[in-house]
Amino acid sequence: MSPMLCVLEQRDGTLRKVSHEIVAAGRKVADAMSTTVDALVFGHDDVEGLDALGACGADRVLVATHDTFRLYSPEGQTATIAGLAANYSTVLFAATATGKDLAPRVAARLETSCATEVTDITVAEGRVVVTRPVYAGRAIQQLRMMASTAVLSIRPNTFPVTDAGRPGTLESIPVPEFTANVEVVEVKAPAEAALDVGEAAIVVSGGRGLKEPENFSLIEDLADAFGQAAVGASRAVVDAGWRDHSAQVGQTGKTVSPGLYVAVGISGAIQHLAGMRTAKVIVAINRDKDAPIFKVADYGIVGDLFEVVPRLTAEVRKLRAEG
Amino acid sequence: MSSPAANSRFTGVDFYEADRLLSEEERAIRDTVRTWVDDNLMPIIGDCYVEGRFPKELIGGMGELGFFGANLPEAYGCAGLNNVAYGLIMQELERGDSGVRSFASVQGALVMYPIFAFGAEEQKQYWLPRLASGEEIGCFGLTEPDFGSNPAGLVTTARKGDGGWVLNGTKMWITNGSQATVAIVWAKVGEVDDPASIRGFIVPTNTPGFTAKDQKGKLSLRASDTSELHLQDVHLPVDALLPESSGIKSPLMCLTQARYGIAWGAIGAAMACYDEALRYAVNRVMFDRPIGQTQIQQVRLADMLTEITKAQLLTLQLGRLKDDHLLTPQQVSLAKRNNVNMATECAREARRLLGANGILAEYHSMRHMANLESVYTYEGTHDMHSLILGEKITGLSAF
Amino acid sequence: MKIAVCLKRVPDTTAKVVIADDGVSIDPTGVKFVPNPYDEYAIEEAIARKTAAGEGETVVVSLGTDAAQETIRSALAMGIDRGVLLQIAEHPDPAAAAALLADELATGGYDLILMGKMAVDDSQHQVGPQVAERLGMACITAVAHLKIDGGTVTAEREIEGAVEVVRCGLPAVITCDKGLNTPRLPALKGIMAAKKKPLDIKPVTAGESAFEVLSLTLPPDRPPGRIVGEGPDAVPELVRLLRTEAKAI
Repeated sequence: MSPMLCVLEQRDGTLRKVSHEIVAAGRKVADAMSTTVDALVFGHDDVEGLDALGACGADRVLVATHDTFRLYSPEGQTATIAGLAANYSTVLFAATATGKDLAPRVAARLETSCATEVTDITVAEGRVVVTRPVYAGRAIQQLRMMASTAVLSIRPNTFPVTDAGRPGTLESIPVPEFTANVEVVEVKAPAEAALDVGEAAIVVSGGRGLKEPENFSLIEDLADAFGQAAVGASRAVVDAGWRDHSAQVGQTGKTVSPGLYVAVGISGAIQHLAGMRTAKVIVAINRDKDAPIFKVADYGIVGDLFEVVPRLTAEVRKLRAEG
Repeated sequence: MSSPAANSRFTGVDFYEADRLLSEEERAIRDTVRTWVDDNLMPIIGDCYVEGRFPKELIGGMGELGFFGANLPEAYGCAGLNNVAYGLIMQELERGDSGVRSFASVQGALVMYPIFAFGAEEQKQYWLPRLASGEEIGCFGLTEPDFGSNPAGLVTTARKGDGGWVLNGTKMWITNGSQATVAIVWAKVGEVDDPASIRGFIVPTNTPGFTAKDQKGKLSLRASDTSELHLQDVHLPVDALLPESSGIKSPLMCLTQARYGIAWGAIGAAMACYDEALRYAVNRVMFDRPIGQTQIQQVRLADMLTEITKAQLLTLQLGRLKDDHLLTPQQVSLAKRNNVNMATECAREARRLLGANGILAEYHSMRHMANLESVYTYEGTHDMHSLILGEKITGLSAF
Repeated sequence: MKIAVCLKRVPDTTAKVVIADDGVSIDPTGVKFVPNPYDEYAIEEAIARKTAAGEGETVVVSLGTDAAQETIRSALAMGIDRGVLLQIAEHPDPAAAAALLADELATGGYDLILMGKMAVDDSQHQVGPQVAERLGMACITAVAHLKIDGGTVTAEREIEGAVEVVRCGLPAVITCDKGLNTPRLPALKGIMAAKKKPLDIKPVTAGESAFEVLSLTLPPDRPPGRIVGEGPDAVPELVRLLRTEAKAI
C-alpha cells in the first residue's frame, strides 16, 4: 500500500497544534494499511517543532522551502503537493481555513473530490472510508473514497495524539515552478491573540441570556480563568452584532469539538446544538430549566448566570492556583 | 431534542398541506414577510408593547419591501399582488402583532384603497406611490364618539366655503391617527340625517384646525397608536374631495377590504399562539414528563390546530373568490367573525397552557390575547357580524 | 462587470433530518428547501456590485433538479438578471459538480464568479476552488470582506485567530463567508418580476463519482446529563465533577 502524506500547517515559523493531529490521523490509517507516514511542511526558513513529529507518528518529515512560504501560498503549495500526490494513497489536511482552501485545489489537480471535516478514518477492502458530519452536524455520513489517491481534511480536536515513536527523519524536497495569481499579503493578528473556537480545547460561549454585549466580560473572565479557552457565541448575539462572526458556534458558524464546552445563557436552538454536540463534556448554565441546552449537557446549573458565572470563575481560578 | 418545535424560527402551521394550494409566488411572498417579521419585529415587539410604543422605525423597511397596498396596481408604485398574496402578508404581520398588522391594514385598505377606488387620477398619482413607500402615513377617520357600529349616523360635516371645503367634527378610535401625515376623513356634505351625503376627503394632517391626540390607558393593541381627531374649521381645497365617493356605501367598501385582511391576520395570531404553546408543551417538564404528554394539554393543542386548519381553508377560498370578483361582504363578515373569535380562543388557551410564564411579555400569547380583544371589537364587532349574517340568512334586519 | 453566482438548493437549516429508506440520503418529505445561506451572500454581493457600478450583468447558475428553478427564481426576485439551471437527476459529488459548473461558466466571459464558501447540506466547501482550478482562474475562499479596485481584488478571510489579507486579479472565483454583507429579502415586486426574467434549462449528466456514500445516520444521542443544582451554590459541586468525574479541567 502506498504511504500517507500529511500536509502540516505552521504560522510564524512554528508548527500549529493541529499539525500533530494530522500526523496522528495519518499514523492511524497507515497502521491499518501497513504503510508509512510522510509529513510535509512548508516554510521560508527554519520551522520550529519538526523534531516532535516522529513522536506523533511521522516516518519522514519533508520540508519544502520557498520565499513565498512565509505566508500561505495557495498555488505554490498546491503545485508542490500535486507533484507528490500520485505516490500516496492518501493526502491528509486539517479542516482549517488553510486546509479548506488547499485540499480542494489539490483534489482538483487529481480530478477527484476531497472529503472535508473528517472525524474518523477506517480502511475497508483496501479503500479509505471516512466519517464526516453533514447537514451541519445533524447527520453523519460514511464515504468510501474511490480515487487512487484519497484527499481528506480532518476536523481539529478529533484525532488524539499519542506517542508513536517513529523516526521522523528530515528531508528537503524541491518546489516546482508555479505562477502565483493569488498572493497573501498580510496576516492581521488581533490586538490580543484570540484562540479560535474551532481549535481550542475549552470553549466558553455566551448567548442572549447575557442581556447586554458588555456582559460578555463575564464570559471572557471565565475563559481566562480556564486558560487556553476560546470565547464562543450563539447566532443570536452574532446577528445582533455583539460578537464577531468568527466566534459563532453552530449553523453558519463553526462546528466545534472541544474537550469542554460551557454554554452560558444559551437556550440551545437546534442549529447551535448541532454545532457543539460533539464536544466531549458539555456544561450548561441557564435560568430556564426547560431550555433545550440541558438535554445535551452533561452537567447543568439552573440559575441566574450573573450569580453563577462569577462564582464559577472564582472557583476555577482557585483550583488552578492550587495547581 | 427531537421535537419539530425546538427551533427558534417560525415555520408555519400547515396540517392540511394548504401550502399546496398556493402558487410559488404566493409562498415566496409569505416567506419574505415571515422572515422580515422574525428578523425585525419579533426581537422588539415585547418591549414595544410594554412601553406602549408603535415601532415606527419599521415603516421604511415595510414600504421598501412593498407591504403597503400590495394588491393595488404596479402603475401606482404598488406590488400588484392578488388578494391571496395580500392576505398572506396580513397573516404574517399579525403573527408578529395585531398592532403592526393594523398599521398595514389602515395604510393599505383604508387609505390607499379609497384613494384608488374613489380618487381622481391626479390624486392616485400623487398619493399612492408615497403611501406605498411609507413616505406618507395615513389614517382613516370614520368612527365618531357616538357613532361606532352605526357609522351612517356620523355628524362630521363638510361645507362649501372659501372656494373649497370646510370640515368640522370629531373622530375617535383612529389607528395611526397621531402618526399620520394624511387622513381620509368621512363627512356629510348634506343634512346630518342623510347618509347618502357622506363623502371622503383627503386631509393632510398639517392643515390648520386638524389636531390628533393619542388615547391613553389602553390594555390592548399597545404597540399601535389609537387617536382622537379634531377638525375645527379645517379648510381644504376643492380637490381634497374623493370625487367618486358617494354615500355610506363608500366607507363600507373600505371596511370590507380591511375586514378581509383581518380575517387573514387573525390566523397569523392564532398560529403564533399555537406554535408557542406547542414548543412550550414539548419542552416544559412537570411531574417528570413534558406537559405536552398530558391529556388536558393535548386537547388544547388539538382544538387549536383544528380551528386554525378550518380557518386556513375557509380564508383561502375567500381569497380566491375575491380574486374572481365573486366575494360578498357577508362572506367577509363570516370569515372575520369566525377567525377573530377562533384566534381569541387560541390565544387564551395558549396563555393558560404556558402557566405562570404565560403572563410575561417575553412570551407572546397574552399579548395576542389582549390585542385580539380589540380586533374582536373593531371593524364591525363580532356581534354586528352575527347580525349581518342573520340578515343575510333570514332577509330580516335586526339592526 | 459580468458576474456569475453559483447557487445550490438545500434543505432548510432548521429542518429536522430524517434518514430515507435507502440509508444514504435524507427523506425530503415535508422538508422545506431554501437557497444555500452562504450562496445568498454571493447573490447579495453580485447585486450590490452591479447596482453600485450602474452597469453589467448578473447571472445565477444552479446545478440541481427541476425543483431548483424555484431557488433560482428566489435569486431573480432578489435582483439577479437571469438564471441558468444545469438540470440533473441528483446531485453529483463535488468534483463532478465543479466540472459541470466550470463547463457552463467557461464560455460566459465572467469577470467575477461568486458562490458560498460551502453548501450547508454536504458541508464540503470545495466547489469554489475546484471550479477555479478547472477554469485556471484565481480563487480566494471564505471571504468576509471584499474590495475590487480596477482589476485588483483585495479580500479578507478569517483564519484561526487572525485575518488573512489576500490579493488577486480578475477574473476570479470568490467564495463568500458570513459577514461579507447582509442579504436582502426579495421585495414583493421583485418576486412578481422574477417570473418574467429569463431562465435557461440545460440538461447535464455527471461523470463517475469520486466516492460512494456507504451510510447516512443520525448522530448518536448524548447520554443523559444531569442538573448539578440551582444557583451559585451548585458551582463547587460542578467544579468537583468536572475535575474528578469528567476530568475536563
